Amino acid sequence: MITMDNICKSYRIAKRNAGFAEACKSLFHREYEDISALKNISFTIHDGEMVGYIGPNGAGKSSTIKILSGILAPDSGRVLVDGRVLWDMGDVKCKPLIKQEKCSRIEHVRQIGVVFGQRSQLWWDVPVIDSFELLKDIYSISIPVYRENLEELTELLNLKELLRTPVRQLSLGQRMRCEIAASLLHSPRILFLDEPTIGLDAVSKIAVREFVNKLNMAHGTTVILTTHDMQDIEALTHRIILIGKGRILMDGDLETLKKGDASMDETLAELYKTYEI
Amino acid sequence: MKKYISFFRLRLVMGLQYRAAALGGVVTQFFWGFMEIIALRAFYESDPAAYPMTLDETSSYIWLQQAFLVLLSARTFDGEILNAIQSGNIAYEFCRPIHIYDMWFAKSTATRLSGAWLRCIPVLMVVFLLPKPYGMSAPADLLHFVLFVVTLILGLLVVVAFSMLVYVSGFYTLSTDGAKILTGAVVDLFTGHLIPLPFFPEGVRQVLEVLPFAAMQNVPLRVYSGNLAGAELYRAIILQIFWLAVLTAGGKMLCRHAEKKVIVHGG
Repeated sequence: MITMDNICKSYRIAKRNAGFAEACKSLFHREYEDISALKNISFTIHDGEMVGYIGPNGAGKSSTIKILSGILAPDSGRVLVDGRVLWDMGDVKCKPLIKQEKCSRIEHVRQIGVVFGQRSQLWWDVPVIDSFELLKDIYSISIPVYRENLEELTELLNLKELLRTPVRQLSLGQRMRCEIAASLLHSPRILFLDEPTIGLDAVSKIAVREFVNKLNMAHGTTVILTTHDMQDIEALTHRIILIGKGRILMDGDLETLKKGDASMDETLAELYKTYEI
Repeated sequence: MKKYISFFRLRLVMGLQYRAAALGGVVTQFFWGFMEIIALRAFYESDPAAYPMTLDETSSYIWLQQAFLVLLSARTFDGEILNAIQSGNIAYEFCRPIHIYDMWFAKSTATRLSGAWLRCIPVLMVVFLLPKPYGMSAPADLLHFVLFVVTLILGLLVVVAFSMLVYVSGFYTLSTDGAKILTGAVVDLFTGHLIPLPFFPEGVRQVLEVLPFAAMQNVPLRVYSGNLAGAELYRAIILQIFWLAVLTAGGKMLCRHAEKKVIVHGG
């Protein structure tokens, strides 16, 4: 179970006007603006749940994923994973917990898998299987478990032909399938998918969706998905969390919002309009 | 530990496939080595007694320096690591149950070893065959050869620990270009890359010899020909170990501090 409790995060951004004089001035004096990316975000996600985390660009989706995966420290609030503290920055609203068991970054990342659709975790110049073998050692996966997982992933994601190819020569769809496999070799209990279908063709998209469904069914993996593709949401999740301008605007079942036979995209556009985001 | 060894192994294997880069390196190093030796020979001809190292010792110094350039140069950096910070791919590395510092240390040591391995063999094979005083001489004796290997390894580790400081500074400044240019100017002179340290004037030399820069190529390249020997040699080895400990401890501390405040931008 993952609980986010009153999480706030702001970024400091240096601002100046255009022009040479302004640039010179900023050498000596810089103006900063604090942009608050997340304002009091709270939600709970249960084991085995698949949740769609949606919102327009710059709404705070990726910031949330980074905090949940332990790589970005929030300014205030706390995050609990299975009752253990991942982040506890304190706040006026929530008193710091006393003697709560701590969960270190290294312990936490052992049980999560992350796919950043816009980045790559595979080694560019060597065959995919080399990256997989390295992950086996990084996560200290035992050989029987590694073999079993690799076999399962190879079959479900149809990787057989790809494993011996250098990553630089894979197409985007092929690479994304390998990226997803790489994030699951250590049998994580929680999977974060940050725009996993970005740039993929119809066939690859469907393959990814089917795979995530099967994974959730077979292993009860908790999946948190951010995407702009409403078909992803429709195919995978019932519950959606809508975030805009750093606040949670809605947390519930998207089906109930659907009017008649409006498409998901129309429903979402309607929602964005209602909340003025 | 095993995970860091695997990192090391994969990077080593990967480095061995860049053949064209190695060939280019070998050619450059021959050319550079010849130029340096020919220039120095002109000086030696005027008065060989005026110099702290014999021409033979200096030739060996230069050829070893060229053969192990990638291993010991404090101004070459691992582009992949710099890139990971700038592009934000570091996000993935933070999501792994590993210590960033240790992983980069392993990776960067392997990059240097694989690069040097491909380059040093052809260079060494040829320079041994060159006539005196242009070629490379055999090591002073067996003891000095063994100590050469030991100090070469220590020198490599000191160089890696030093370059780690530059990588970690990338967390604070985003672009490491500035740090690279700054260190580049300093290390060329202070490590004995341009002129071996014994050639520096008295007073300056004594100061340079205790700096971490002297614990890099200066020690192994001089031990080989026996130019560095006796008590002075043992003092140099102790300094190598000292600087390795200080640089690693400092780098680790800095890295731990940076990890807490790092922000990966963008989606």
